[in-house]
Amino acid sequence: MTPEQKAWLLLTVVKLLAVFTLYMVTITYLTLLERKLAAWFQNRLGPNRVGPSGLLQPIADGIKAVLKQETLPAQSAKAVFVMAPSLAFIPALTLCALIPVAAPVDFSFDWTLPLVGRMTWDGPLPMVVADVPAGFLLILAISSIGVYGIALAGWSSNSKYSLLGGLRSSAQMVSYEVAAGLSVVPVLLLSGNVSMGEVIRAQQASTWYVLPLFLSYFFFLLAGFAETNRLPFDLPEAESELIAGYHTEYSGMKFSLFFIAEYANMITVSAVTVTLFFGGWDIPFTAWDQSGGWLPALASFALFGLKVFLFIFVFMWVRWTLPRFRYDQLMALGWKLLVPVLLAYVMLIAVALVVVEQGLGVTSPLARNLALFGVNLVAGWLVFFVLDRGLVIRGVAGRAPPADRSLPEAS
Amino acid sequence: MAIGVKVLRRPARADVSYVRAMLKGMTLTFKHLLQPTWTMEYPEERSVGDAARGTWSLAPRWRGTHRMLTDEQGRSKCVACGLCPQICPANCIKLVPGEDEDGHRYPLIYEIDEFRCVFCGYCQEVCPEEAIHVGQHFENAEYERGRFVYDLERLQAQTHPVSTLWDPSDPRGE
Repeated sequence: MTPEQKAWLLLTVVKLLAVFTLYMVTITYLTLLERKLAAWFQNRLGPNRVGPSGLLQPIADGIKAVLKQETLPAQSAKAVFVMAPSLAFIPALTLCALIPVAAPVDFSFDWTLPLVGRMTWDGPLPMVVADVPAGFLLILAISSIGVYGIALAGWSSNSKYSLLGGLRSSAQMVSYEVAAGLSVVPVLLLSGNVSMGEVIRAQQASTWYVLPLFLSYFFFLLAGFAETNRLPFDLPEAESELIAGYHTEYSGMKFSLFFIAEYANMITVSAVTVTLFFGGWDIPFTAWDQSGGWLPALASFALFGLKVFLFIFVFMWVRWTLPRFRYDQLMALGWKLLVPVLLAYVMLIAVALVVVEQGLGVTSPLARNLALFGVNLVAGWLVFFVLDRGLVIRGVAGRAPPADRSLPEAS
Repeated sequence: MAIGVKVLRRPARADVSYVRAMLKGMTLTFKHLLQPTWTMEYPEERSVGDAARGTWSLAPRWRGTHRMLTDEQGRSKCVACGLCPQICPANCIKLVPGEDEDGHRYPLIYEIDEFRCVFCGYCQEVCPEEAIHVGQHFENAEYERGRFVYDLERLQAQTHPVSTLWDPSDPRGE
């Protein structure tokens, strides 16, 4: 290995450890945040017994999960049953490697260490564990693998509740994968690249993509809720019907792994939303964050964390507000509404791009984004004020009651 | 509808909007996020039944742990008439009457099993001497079942306020 490769390897391992540690600590404290927010939304206090205002609660929960006896259901497919939690957990945690968390830092060193020899580094260090050129595609691919863990957990448990939960989850995640992929196509059209770093750079050159593509952002967030199995799309673990869904039979640390996977997916979806639509680590209206120093990197990391936190808050806010969808409503929303509307939206944006850039000859990305914002206003009006007239979710109102059971006229 | 049931029509399609209903609901929960909490932190804060009526107080009609009132000499007011064991629906009062040399009746044994008691308050209502009362008190956890049988001495030693029973002639307590 050349000294540059050795340095790259060392830096990658350091980044990996840092990101992994940060991710796990964040997940731990998200469980506390979720419970605290749940309490505050209901005018309660939340956990406040372990440590000052409950701050040590996640540690107590962790110790409890490790010490708990684990049950193995009779007649379960044991190998699969044991493997399934890691199959849900590993893809969820892998995704954290693909998201740029801060501005790149310019620095150089030339060390000679015992055993490994000389290693040198000179240049910008991207603050992402794996700066994969196929960034977004890889994220879609890995997050699809997560469904195997859930489906297998449901299947191997030898429980009807688990099986139904697993089936629902696979149907839901496969359906909304399509919507999630389609809703990001306009972003890729605008940035012309699937690498996360390039998407951020394109947004720095123009505006955050939430401005020209806010419908895309809305639909991506919607699909993200379904992808993470969170309310209002938490049918795989619908408590009233399925106990806990696919993890009904799991206990102790195996259950915790599913729990961690859910929160990890939540962070990932928030981080991807921030990267694609809110400029990632970009500090708006200044180029200072790209100057390559340590201070800009820290500031951009703080802003990135704040943006991600805001979306996690939205996730929890929605969870403690909205009721669960009915299963047919969920599927109808995914296939009958999101997919056709998103296909039409992709066409609209593609046509608008060609018209603006080649028909009108607009070359400045800022002017192009503003023009697309106008297009979005019209499309948004269509979606929110015309389509959303009992068509988005067809409730019982959409079905005519049988003649003999019709209601009397209201007086 | 003869009995005045309010019939709500199913909303017509033109009135249904999911996105706006969702935003309305989220605004509501966000308002709750900013409101003060209502949790009573139990072991530190407790409901009290006194007249001060702080933030947490028991209703004046709260029927809890029994209390036997005493006269000026510290003797129980009970005359062992036997009305309370008679009316008790849970059959939790054990009374053995006794009589002293002056012909005054008093309870030799008076025991209430708080475990069997349904806290209906009939004993207080039926008592002609206003001796036995249900009280504004509810913390009666014990380490063994036998401790739930309160004898006369223990009933007299209770200090919590007694409850005011519902008066049919003054139904609103005015």
